[in-house]
Amino acid sequence: MSAVTAATSSPASAAGKSTLVRLGEAVVSRLVIIIPYLWLLFFFLVPFIIVFKISLSQTAIAMPPYTPVLDFRSGISGVIAWFGTLNFDNYILLTRDALYFNAYVTSVIVAAISTVLTLLIGYPIAYGMARAPATIRPTLLMLVILPFWTSFLIRVYAWIGILKPEGLLNQLLLATGIISQPLIILNTYTAIFIGIVYSYLPFMVLPLYSSLEKMDHTLIEAAKDLGCPPTSAFWKITFPLSLPGVIAGCLLVFIPAVGEFVIPDLLGGSQTLMIGRTLWNEFFANRDWPVSSAVAVILLLLLIVPIMLFQRAQARAQEQDQ
Amino acid sequence: MKSLGSIRRDFAPWNDPNAKPYIQFDNVTKKFGEFTAVNNLSLTIFEREFFALLGASGCGKSTLLRMLAGFEEPSAGRILLDGQDLRGIPPYRRPVNMMFQSYALFPHMTVENNIAFGLKQEGMAKADIDKRVAEMLKLVKLEQFAKRKPHQLSGGQRQRVALARSVAKRPKVLLLDEPLGALDKKLREETQFELMDLQQNLGLTFVVVTHDQEEAMTMADRIAIIDKGEVMQVATPAEVYEAPGSRFVAGFVGNVNMFDGKIAAGEAGSASINAGNGITIRTENAGSAAAGTSVTFAIRPEKIKVSSTKPAGAVNAIEGEVYDIAYLGDMTVYHVRLDDGQVVRASTMNAARLTEDPLTWNDRAWVSFRPDAGVVLTR
Repeated sequence: MSAVTAATSSPASAAGKSTLVRLGEAVVSRLVIIIPYLWLLFFFLVPFIIVFKISLSQTAIAMPPYTPVLDFRSGISGVIAWFGTLNFDNYILLTRDALYFNAYVTSVIVAAISTVLTLLIGYPIAYGMARAPATIRPTLLMLVILPFWTSFLIRVYAWIGILKPEGLLNQLLLATGIISQPLIILNTYTAIFIGIVYSYLPFMVLPLYSSLEKMDHTLIEAAKDLGCPPTSAFWKITFPLSLPGVIAGCLLVFIPAVGEFVIPDLLGGSQTLMIGRTLWNEFFANRDWPVSSAVAVILLLLLIVPIMLFQRAQARAQEQDQ
Repeated sequence: MKSLGSIRRDFAPWNDPNAKPYIQFDNVTKKFGEFTAVNNLSLTIFEREFFALLGASGCGKSTLLRMLAGFEEPSAGRILLDGQDLRGIPPYRRPVNMMFQSYALFPHMTVENNIAFGLKQEGMAKADIDKRVAEMLKLVKLEQFAKRKPHQLSGGQRQRVALARSVAKRPKVLLLDEPLGALDKKLREETQFELMDLQQNLGLTFVVVTHDQEEAMTMADRIAIIDKGEVMQVATPAEVYEAPGSRFVAGFVGNVNMFDGKIAAGEAGSASINAGNGITIRTENAGSAAAGTSVTFAIRPEKIKVSSTKPAGAVNAIEGEVYDIAYLGDMTVYHVRLDDGQVVRASTMNAARLTEDPLTWNDRAWVSFRPDAGVVLTR
């Protein structure tokens, strides 16, 4: 109400408005910005600080299973004592044992390959959707989102039934005579790729679709008009203009895929090594909270780089739209 | 000899029976499903002509342009360019370029890369491209904007980039789809003359689609008036205005007063039209219409004189009452209601600052016009 008054009233009357009212307006507008920051503070920063704190402690047979760190109850002397006991043993352990390094590298490679595969499959789908008649586009969009209506866990579980040696896929291929021996897919990296591509495809398709859909088709006509054949027009016009969607889609797939636990656990079996499973093992099997916390902190630092790239791409896309 | 006004008196290949048409639409029909956008249409356009397709939105004029560009194929008939049948030739192999209504500038490319795009497709040498782009930037006066992206330009600047890009390849024909539609009025008027100069200097054939009759009148050598996918008339702006071929054309271009009636007496070079309610119009432009033919007499507002007394010696003078006056500064428009109820629109140039014989609302007034002032339409 007061905002409306401020917009329509003359400068003289605006100046006459009480300081209290203006202060109130300022507080309200700040409050709106504060809410998301509070959310981040309580649900990201505070948990992260807790995890970071645990990663600096030692395991102990206790509840919780680590030595207490930073005891505020003893005041300043407690903080000083904490600085004295501060040690990065758990991080040093991560560099000593090749297991962790391999798990990180494998996770990043698996996530990167999966992301490329998802892009290769998702792009034609998104392109087809964006070029489909406007009347059926909402239906197609619905179909992309539809799998989310079933639990992620159950959908991944279903893939075991498809991929196992006596599963649906092998039965089909054997019956049609394409293969004579069942393919071993389950419990291999191939199964992980299939699982990730399947599960994360909507996250690739949706941003791609939104960037392709808003693209002006006359740009392609203009390119053709200027002597550019269709394939070349795709690479010179359509693809560069869909890059914000490509980047968004790739990051939305890559980031969660690196830390993915369910898919490697259910489809990858014990032969595959990914950081999500390593973390789970440290936490639940070894009950080594400090080391698993250290693994999580490093994982986050690894992922912050692509997240920041994503943010920058977004900012640039917004700038372009203006 | 009396003649109709014309912009380029020396240029009239359409009057030359030996002139070779450059673009030819031969009985072209285009259907979209059940809808017929273009219906059995034939047109010829000559080299170096500035040709306008004028019509209301949805009349099929844009479809004609898109067929010429190659984005649509005719359902029937053929289109020839310089003697070559264009059927089956994709847009990227046609020697025509189009300036799009939305400009369709590539948002991720700078102004110079937009202009160079078509040249790069041709495989032109880098040095030649740079030279041509510089030339084009100079032509549209955008030299200092070469490195800008389209979103950093104003509407008028974008329009000029679009123009530069479409003429950069020196196409045989430049197609312009509502080229000035997105500009404000003042800029539009300036740009009209720029376009005309450009067409003259480059010696290109321009085909422009517009719904703005003023734009078509200003720029074009000839105008084709399109309605419901058919050509109503193809003529110079002066002919379209002063000698419309049908009631539709007369009503579509500019303002007009129309009187329906029958030819009463056929004398040599002159006729009377009985327009009912005691109104008889004497005209010299009845042509070969026989007595008894139902005709429409059309006369432009500026050809009608309004006066408070019956002008002495006037061949055509009808009495009525001033019903409305619109003072527009340069001219005044009178709406005079005749005694039979029909309203006649007459406009007078305000050549002097003061009028001796001011007319005002509800005054009795006479509208008068010369026997050669109007046209007789049978269609």
